[in-house]
Amino acid sequence: MAEHGQRSVPHAQADEFDDVELVHPKSFLGKYVWSQDAKVIAIQYGVTAIAIGVVAVVLSILMRLQLGFPNTFTLIDPSSYLQYVTMHGMIMVVYVLTALFLGGFGNYLIPLMCGARDMAFPYLNMLSFWFYLAAVIILMASFFVPGGATGAGWTLYPPQAISPGTPGVDGGIVLMFVSLCVFIAGFTMGGLNYVVTVLQARTRGMTLMRLPLTVWGIFMATVLALLAFPALLVASLMMLCDLLLGTSYFLPEMLNLGEPSSHAGGTPLLYQHLFWFFGHPEVYIVALPAFGIVSDILATHARKNIFGYRMMVWAIILIGVLSFAVWAHHMFISGMNPYFGFLFATTTLIIAVPTAIKVYNWVLTLWRGNIRLTVPMLFAIGFIFTFVNGGLSGLFLGNVTVDVPLAGTYFVVGHFHMVMAVAPVLVLFGAIYHWYPKITGRLLDDTLGKIHFWVTFLGAYAIFYPMHFMGFAGVPRRYYGFGLTTYIPDSIQTLNAFMSVAAIIVALAQLVFFYNLVRSYFRGREAGPNPWHATTLEWQTEHTPPRHGNFGAELPVVYRWAYDYGVPGIKDDFIPQNLPPDQVEKSEPLAQMSRGRLSL
Amino acid sequence: MARPHPGHPTSPEKSAPPAPREGMASLVSDWSSERRVFDVPWGKAMMWIFILSDVFIFSCLLVGYMVLRMATVEPWPDANEVFALHVGGQSIPLLLIAIMTLILITSSGTMALAVKYGYAKERGRATLLLLLTALLGATFVGMQAFEWTMLIGEGVRPWVNPWGAAQFGAVFFLITGFHGTHVTIGVIFLVIMAVKVGRGSLEGSRAGFLTGRKGSYGMIESLGLYWHFVDLVWVFIFAVFYLW
Repeated sequence: MAEHGQRSVPHAQADEFDDVELVHPKSFLGKYVWSQDAKVIAIQYGVTAIAIGVVAVVLSILMRLQLGFPNTFTLIDPSSYLQYVTMHGMIMVVYVLTALFLGGFGNYLIPLMCGARDMAFPYLNMLSFWFYLAAVIILMASFFVPGGATGAGWTLYPPQAISPGTPGVDGGIVLMFVSLCVFIAGFTMGGLNYVVTVLQARTRGMTLMRLPLTVWGIFMATVLALLAFPALLVASLMMLCDLLLGTSYFLPEMLNLGEPSSHAGGTPLLYQHLFWFFGHPEVYIVALPAFGIVSDILATHARKNIFGYRMMVWAIILIGVLSFAVWAHHMFISGMNPYFGFLFATTTLIIAVPTAIKVYNWVLTLWRGNIRLTVPMLFAIGFIFTFVNGGLSGLFLGNVTVDVPLAGTYFVVGHFHMVMAVAPVLVLFGAIYHWYPKITGRLLDDTLGKIHFWVTFLGAYAIFYPMHFMGFAGVPRRYYGFGLTTYIPDSIQTLNAFMSVAAIIVALAQLVFFYNLVRSYFRGREAGPNPWHATTLEWQTEHTPPRHGNFGAELPVVYRWAYDYGVPGIKDDFIPQNLPPDQVEKSEPLAQMSRGRLSL
Repeated sequence: MARPHPGHPTSPEKSAPPAPREGMASLVSDWSSERRVFDVPWGKAMMWIFILSDVFIFSCLLVGYMVLRMATVEPWPDANEVFALHVGGQSIPLLLIAIMTLILITSSGTMALAVKYGYAKERGRATLLLLLTALLGATFVGMQAFEWTMLIGEGVRPWVNPWGAAQFGAVFFLITGFHGTHVTIGVIFLVIMAVKVGRGSLEGSRAGFLTGRKGSYGMIESLGLYWHFVDLVWVFIFAVFYLW
């Protein structure tokens, strides 16, 4: 392959690629703590995000305990319930899902899948993680300041978020916004890395239209994040000014406990617009990497090329562009101009088209595939179910007339937990099961994995499916207790208790997963370099786990797309991206007939 | 151009047709090429993307300002009077801002020359021009500090001002402050870069902070991009804040 590496390249600065200067640290601290290796940074991101995710899960269990068994647990009072709601939402959306998909899987997979030695700017990449860690610590600190964390709801709407009487208005809300600003600064450093690496640092032969869809999803999500987080940054700065300096960006004249406030003339709607200009792309920042990863898992484990690769790429791009034009569908009941609602309902329904294309293509990828129900595959198929479910209830909420009565109810909670909580989390689990062998060199235990999948998948339905019915019954969301609301039937309480028990079981099932992670690290079966017989570059590395620099002396050269699975007439049923066409071994007819399932 | 299905294997050397260099065709060939989309160093590509992200920050600030100005019921202070300078007993509107704008735009010119002499490896001139740019930038920030002091002396605060809507002071300090921070950061980096160029740190092959690799002066251009962007943003702030 050496002759390919030495060919001249028709670009003026092509020589920049061959001498990416990697800092090879000698000490333990340099290798594993102050590391500039994207793979180590990925693990750091992943471990931090999972740790903070456990906190968020505990918060959700506390909420479920109150809802399922009201007034049984005296520890939970109305203020702390609101704090749990707020922190659970913000932690999960920003600090877990965004960080794990982009900081974790983005860092690990982009350089490997693009055939790069590392990210384009390793030092900046390292800084990105330390900023993220600082943001997480600041956020956690808000639990311990006087007044506790903020209880304003994860959207942090003014004027309520910064008005007296809201939990955490003395300190929690400040730490929340400071933490968000630090997170955004850190993410920008990482995001610039991901985008530049995908655009500028691919290996020979790797055109954009040969990239695995995982990279496409993470790339587009990063672009969205770089353009959407600025709105949150501005909103955070203005809100901090309102709270600390006494300005009135978002605060109109109000009465607080009968006393007129010192603020006047601000507009709370501006905050909502800024927040959702960030908030809606944020949904796709979480969803697009999940779309990409699930496409690769499905194709690999169904031994079939992804259906309509080009269409999948364009759908990702189209969803990314449209996601900036739908934000106000979160604001149908905010009091904005009704014509706005009409406009945004239309764009919302339009964005369903590329999304539906992706779903059809996943299903068509499975059609007549040689499906192997491995654990990653189970999670990927589970994702299709929950995503279709959440997507369909999204069509309800996208229409103004249906949204107006449902927006304040549990229907919304059920919808977005299905579509942007359970669905991406299933993909995260699938991705961990899929890439764990590459990261550690050992396979995760299959039986434990299947137990984990079935409890999580069915449990998620048990928790979130009844919420849709509760929404139709008019049960309001965010409430600590339902008191004298007589229109809510008693049976809702039974349902709530059922959901809480299901939630506890699902949370406990995650212990199986953690046990599996730790046990397999030490005792798992050796995976070998390519246990799933996958085509993409990260499985073709010289070492498993890959060393600093990712590939051996020569960078791989790419000859084909990432989806040559089940190709007829060849010896194996897949062709790695970096296998030259003249080295593809043809199969003998008999060998082809007896080709059965892969032995793992 | 008939494109093969993405599943069709090709050797890399065959997949790169001679790149057409005009119009849509060049756009397509850039984005469909292997290895890299833009024929620029990584640092420059990163700066462009960072600027794009920063554009969104300033857009949010300016749009937020417009929304607030339209939403508030109090009258908005008249920029012609507020930002006037009293010279020789006469009130001249926007005098200070005009000078500030002129200085900042001039600094873009010196920056462009610094980039030019950097690539020409005329280290002395490049250093001098970088320092001049930094000086002009620092002058701008100094004049901004003078303007802030003047307005604060007249009673403008983020939460109140003598002429009308309280939001005037709030957005004024936030937006000019945010822009001033950008200029200050730029000045600091310009000085660092000037020292590096003066010492010849960009000549060696040792990679370091802000030096890039292999005797390339591309880093000056990346810094220049940032500087021009900060200047351009000022033009927009000037237009919607001082002229409206």
